[in-house]
Amino acid sequence: MLINTVLMTLLAVVTIAIVRQRSLFGVVILASVYSFLMASVLVVLDAVDVAMTEASVGAGISTVLLLATLHLIKTTEIRSVRPHLMPLVISVGTGAILVWGTLVLPPFGTPDAVIHQHVAARYVADTIKDTGVPNVVTSVLADYRSYDTLGETTVIFTAGIGVMLLLHRARRRGRSNDGET
Amino acid sequence: METLATALGHYNYVITIFLMMIGLYIVVVRGNMVKKLVGLSIFQTSVYLLYIAPGKIIGGTAPIIDPAFKVYSNPLPHVLILTAIVVGVATLALGLALVVRINEAYGTIEEDEIFERDRET
Repeated sequence: MLINTVLMTLLAVVTIAIVRQRSLFGVVILASVYSFLMASVLVVLDAVDVAMTEASVGAGISTVLLLATLHLIKTTEIRSVRPHLMPLVISVGTGAILVWGTLVLPPFGTPDAVIHQHVAARYVADTIKDTGVPNVVTSVLADYRSYDTLGETTVIFTAGIGVMLLLHRARRRGRSNDGET
Repeated sequence: METLATALGHYNYVITIFLMMIGLYIVVVRGNMVKKLVGLSIFQTSVYLLYIAPGKIIGGTAPIIDPAFKVYSNPLPHVLILTAIVVGVATLALGLALVVRINEAYGTIEEDEIFERDRET
């Protein structure tokens, strides 16, 4: 519980640093730090599979993608001239409403909360009998709810096609420009 | 002791919402598109916390069945968020590809400069 509180505070500090940082390299590295802190919080919250994915995808692949993009573009942010009072008011207002909404949530970590009374108990009780997989997250992901996973792979496939089309066009145009000069 | 536990549990939610709002603020205020995408990722990761935190049971362990343990945290939010993480990186990749294309077309990724160039033409 205490370690969780410390990690959450660190997360908040890193996020404020991300807002204030003007160098995009700094932003990317801080985003990577943020993902690792998030993975640590997830381990504390017993979500070990999610933590592993967050560490490899959030801190690994995302950072590589962002750095690859920075290789192709300018890496400092200009000081924006747009007004930021109104967005601040909206953010703080929405945040206040959301915090007010959390007041009625069940207390943290109680086993008799509504979320634990639904199908989750059945998954934990029957996973060995139904699937033979001791890791419940794996058995739900790949067995009980494998259609969700199929949908997820469709999304990744679509995004992959989109990225390929966008970057392929860019490269072809670059080549024709080379031909002209 | 109980009030302390309640306060710490509530602190989790407050920080989660704080991260969410910082992400929203970055997306709205910052004109730099890479920064916007990082803000979007922060918003997404804060949603992970919002889902995972209620699934935790104090005294429970990770949901991997073993005779040595009796109480397990709720596995269902973990599955949902695994999907969300992967979809999140897919959106990030697509967004970054768009940023690279915009940078080629306009020579900049600052929204203000792009609007200016659009007005000139």
